[in-house]
Amino acid sequence: MTSAADAALAVRDLTVRFPTDAGDVRAVTGLSFTVRPGQTLGVVGESGSGKTAAATALLGLHDPRRARVTGSVLVAGTEVVGAREPVLRRLRGRSVAMVFQDPTSALHPFYPVGRQVAEAYRAHHAVSRADAAERAVAMLDRVGIPAARSRAGDHPHQLSGGMRQRVVIAMALVNGPAVVVADEPTTALDVTVQADVLDLLREVQQETGTALVHVTHDLGVVAETADRLLVMYAGRAVEAGPARDLLARPRMPYTWGLLQSTPDLGAREERLRPVPGSPPSLLTPPDGCPFHPRCAFAETVPGGRCGTDLPDLVPVSGETGRLRRCHLPEDVPLGEGQVGP
Amino acid sequence: MAGFVARRLTSALLVVTLTSMFVFALFFLGPGNPAGPVCEAQGRCTPERLAAIERQMGLDQSVVTQYAAFVRGLVVDRTVVVGGEHTCAAPCLGISYGSRQEVTEELARRFPATLSVAVGGATIYLLVGVTTGSLAARWRGTTADRLLVGGSLLVSSVPYYLLALLAWIVLALQWGLFPGTGYTPLTEDPVAWASGLLLPWLVLGVAGSTQYARYTRGAMVETLGEDYITTARAKGLSPRRVVFGHGLRAAIAPVLTIFGLDMAALLAGTVFTEQIFGIDGVGSWALEAVRAPQDFPVLHATVLLGAVLVVVANLVVDLAYGLVDPRVRTS
Ligand SMILES: Nc1ncnc2c1ncn2[C@@H]1O[C@H](COP(=O)(O)OP(=O)(O)O)[C@@H](O)[C@H]1O
Ligand code: SF4
Ligand SMILES: [Mg+2]
Repeated sequence: MTSAADAALAVRDLTVRFPTDAGDVRAVTGLSFTVRPGQTLGVVGESGSGKTAAATALLGLHDPRRARVTGSVLVAGTEVVGAREPVLRRLRGRSVAMVFQDPTSALHPFYPVGRQVAEAYRAHHAVSRADAAERAVAMLDRVGIPAARSRAGDHPHQLSGGMRQRVVIAMALVNGPAVVVADEPTTALDVTVQADVLDLLREVQQETGTALVHVTHDLGVVAETADRLLVMYAGRAVEAGPARDLLARPRMPYTWGLLQSTPDLGAREERLRPVPGSPPSLLTPPDGCPFHPRCAFAETVPGGRCGTDLPDLVPVSGETGRLRRCHLPEDVPLGEGQVGP
Repeated sequence: MAGFVARRLTSALLVVTLTSMFVFALFFLGPGNPAGPVCEAQGRCTPERLAAIERQMGLDQSVVTQYAAFVRGLVVDRTVVVGGEHTCAAPCLGISYGSRQEVTEELARRFPATLSVAVGGATIYLLVGVTTGSLAARWRGTTADRLLVGGSLLVSSVPYYLLALLAWIVLALQWGLFPGTGYTPLTEDPVAWASGLLLPWLVLGVAGSTQYARYTRGAMVETLGEDYITTARAKGLSPRRVVFGHGLRAAIAPVLTIFGLDMAALLAGTVFTEQIFGIDGVGSWALEAVRAPQDFPVLHATVLLGAVLVVVANLVVDLAYGLVDPRVRTS
């Protein structure tokens, strides 16, 4: 584990709650991780596991009237949680930038794309409109938009989905941020361009040395690019570790289930199996381990602890940098056919 | 784009023509007899004299013939008989039964006053309404927002003429805050023009702004929930730039549409404003013309003007919409 000091991003005990009439939605609970410059952290979990709520908190974008955020998020050493608007404004886009899920809705429909990129640059640099426009064209060119100079004058609806996402990436990278948060950057895209956009992200990250937090519901998307993985379930980290080790040998049933449901990773095509059941409500999460209603191993844990005690996130013995949240003894094999009914 | 404009112009012309025909038919098939007042003005009105005057005025002819004469008069000079012969230069909208003057001339004389009132009032209500609506959306849920929405509902629940009348009595008569309210042509004395219209503008502006504040607030609340607003915030833009640069740019489009649709309400407001503040515009003229004995040519001309204004405003708004939303422009 890296110390908070040399990390581009250090998250400690991040908790995000949405108060509603029916009670608090506990979207994120006690999330901690660090990302070093040049490193990629893949955050993986099913839809509704709190990934977007966590990602949004990394830029301090939650509306304080609608979300309660506690804990600590240090971006290049500056605290985001509880920071005042002017502090956040200087951080956003310059130190930490975001690539959104759907480039169609993330771009303003009425402004030319070049202008939207230039505006991101001008928000943090005292340059003329013309210089910012030049910079935007260079950036659009860098992210692989052909004929960038003339394309800069196009409105978003005149570009394809893949090109739009390139614009969003250009916008995120134009200030050379220390951290880029990409929330499902390929989910809304045509399958044919997903790989291109992933390659682009990896390429510019290697070039600029930015830290990347890549949030996705699809383990396959980050399997090759992430240095470390963090698996989220019901708003909590349930397993974390170096990507290769974690994929080779998941250490708790939910991660194992995710692998089984991902093509080319745990299972051959014909054996693909989604994790049975559906994730719990974050308004009224179950007692004990949040995964226990779906877990085939819950019965095997003595004393029914899975249904009553929340396991701690603890290091896996004998493996560096690995954490798991599970009552199951480490030596129980999570082999074929053992998860699910 | 050119095709679009041509299509819209054609339908605009159709609307104006149909309105004109409708008003014409309504009047001539209605119970009033325009020859009556003319006859009475010349002493004792016997049935024979009435019939003679009707014939002179062409009222014995069919509605269609009379309408054809009216349309012809729009392009060539014609002679109109209203208690005597009048030459009426094209475009002729008739001779006023009351003043015996050419309607076109008087319309041209009165129109600048009406335009001044309407444009000034609309400018104020758009500016004030859109600004307060945007701010209310930005601070939605706060006390300021609730006060704004509540105040706006209160103002719009008071009938407009009552509001204008109260403003006139309290602000102008009792407090003497707006001396010299009335119309002076802009070309004659710009200062007197502005100071004389200030109170009417304010009254029309405040009354109209309340509903635009609500429209804008609604459109803005929706827009501020859009993803591209989050993008703008994530870039590090100031809240002011986010709301007015990115939010308003998108939220203004539906407000513009409503402005076009609401042109008739603006004209109605202008009519009352002129009447209450003693401004010699088209509106007060129209109100006079409605009173018995009805002055049909004036009535017809003012309704036509109203139709033209509504249609033109909608056309302008449609074109402006294309400027605001590039997706409309290219499709
Ligand atoms: N503004 C909000 N108000 C209330 N609940 C919310 C809000 N945003 C997200 N949630 C809830 O928080 C949980 C996590 O959502 P999200 O972070 O979007 O998950 P993910 O990105 O992993 O799919 C979901 O149950 C969702 O319904
Ligand atoms: S703690 Fe129990 S229920 Fe939760 S994953 Fe481990 S075995 Fe399954
Ligand atoms: Mg999400």
